[in-house]
Amino acid sequence: MKILVSIKQVPARDSQLRIDPNGRWIQESDLSFETNEPDAFALEEALRLKEQHGGEVVALCAGPARASQTIREALAKGADRAIHIEEENLSAFDTLGVAKLLAKAAETEKPDLILTGLQSDDLGYGQTGVVLAELLGLPHGTIIMAVEKIDSGIRVKRELEDGWFQNVEMPLPAVLTIQSGINKLRYATLMGIKKAKTKEVKRLSASELGVAASPTASIQRVYLPQRTKQTQLIEGSAKEAAAKLVEKLRFEARVI
Amino acid sequence: MSGVLVVMEQRAGVWHRMSWETLAAGQQLAAQTGLKVYGAVVGQGVGALAEELARKKLGHVHAVEHPLLATYTADGFTAALEQLIRKFNPSIVLFPHTYQVRDFAPKLATRFDQVLVSDAVGFRVESNTPIFVRQLFQGKLNADVKLGGGEPHFASIQAGAFRADQVEDGASQVVEFKPELTAEIIRAKPQEPFRESARAVDLTSADIIVSVGRGIKEKDNIPIVEELAKALGAELAASRPICDSGWLPMERQVGSSGQTVSPKMYLAVGISGAIQHLVGMKGAKIIVAINKDANAPIFEVADYGIVGDLFEVVPALVEEVKKSKV
Repeated sequence: MKILVSIKQVPARDSQLRIDPNGRWIQESDLSFETNEPDAFALEEALRLKEQHGGEVVALCAGPARASQTIREALAKGADRAIHIEEENLSAFDTLGVAKLLAKAAETEKPDLILTGLQSDDLGYGQTGVVLAELLGLPHGTIIMAVEKIDSGIRVKRELEDGWFQNVEMPLPAVLTIQSGINKLRYATLMGIKKAKTKEVKRLSASELGVAASPTASIQRVYLPQRTKQTQLIEGSAKEAAAKLVEKLRFEARVI
Repeated sequence: MSGVLVVMEQRAGVWHRMSWETLAAGQQLAAQTGLKVYGAVVGQGVGALAEELARKKLGHVHAVEHPLLATYTADGFTAALEQLIRKFNPSIVLFPHTYQVRDFAPKLATRFDQVLVSDAVGFRVESNTPIFVRQLFQGKLNADVKLGGGEPHFASIQAGAFRADQVEDGASQVVEFKPELTAEIIRAKPQEPFRESARAVDLTSADIIVSVGRGIKEKDNIPIVEELAKALGAELAASRPICDSGWLPMERQVGSSGQTVSPKMYLAVGISGAIQHLVGMKGAKIIVAINKDANAPIFEVADYGIVGDLFEVVPALVEEVKKSKV
């Protein structure tokens, strides 16, 4: 089974975000970046499927030069090769534009299965996989918690709301968006890190793929959300704060 | 039609509660843009639901009916709604941001070369065009998003962003719409939904809940919050990553994929407050947050907050709670 995994690099989860002076995005210069967590689970699932059924895992990533770190990590964990759609100004593309880039790259690969995380930790549109499937004319499944190969294609366990699940069967090729927690992530081994250096990374640009940036959705302004509640922040040492909080919970909120 | 179309969600004849919140959003958006608002309900045998919907203030209600829509599939729903939209040309199409909508609405928007503005928490109207507000970085920042390109524009509305009790009543007509669908276009074969196991833990009846998130760092640290739960006589709960890692059982998960709770007090320890968690607990009467990051979104909903190291604050809190009960 040939599996394409679409991964994205995002600002590290604990980043202190500062808004760029132009007010339309964040300052990226002083941030550290990491692999989008749901995409890490998608990669892990692809590696497990390859271990069961054989085949090849190809990592696909659209992003600026710094995203090569995320690609190296994927190769070190076990992806066989990678495609880097190198684009310094990816924010000029909206979700549809990025999906078009990914679709163009995927078309020439003709994978049996395309996996990606269910959403990104930065923009959080949660739709790249679905849009990619539509552009490629493929069936899809979202928020997937298990993938099983069957004669007619695959059977996937889809998460629904409030603790419900549903099994869905579909033919291959297909696109799946993977839920975090579907598996346990592996670490790259020293051997894996060494091997990664010799693996192929194909670099493509938006112009080579013939996709122009013509976004329909554009961010006008980025800002801190307004608090919906007045939070009483309790200060002092841990002991002082704890004592003040208990007093407030007893005599002000009267909940304990 | 050139109005606002609100696509309501139902399953087996029961409305998804978020449908009404989205209808309230649609009515407000229509009022501000000078457009009419229309409703749509998709399925088979949805006549009674459509009649109920027609008692709201709407232009009219589309009952989109077909035997192939009895069970939800992305292929079926996308094709049916694409036909409805091409026929009636709404300017704006709104959905509740449910798991089902996440599964098909991006596909539908792509057919119109548009982007779905997903999980919007609000909007404002500038020169008759809506600018949607959505969250970035798991709720740490907000962004104003404007849609260009041709109409229709598509957006889905976050749970709890609008109030269902603000839906305005009225009287309108049900108009049946029969899409042309064939079985071949539906590629996925969905089976009956199921639950993993009966829930042994019912968090919904707890008065006090102590809930733990990523900040706890590792499984061996769980007893630190267990102590606090014990001291308060509270149920222990967790955010999704904790249950995913197997540190606490899934049945203790609060959030969109777990339980929705509204206790007297919800004490969030080391939980940043991603929206998937907030929708499951923001109905709590009193919310207390302990987190090292002062900018964590959990503080947006908290009544009381301590910015600090949970490994120092929680043990101190256990001591103080015990003292107060002597």
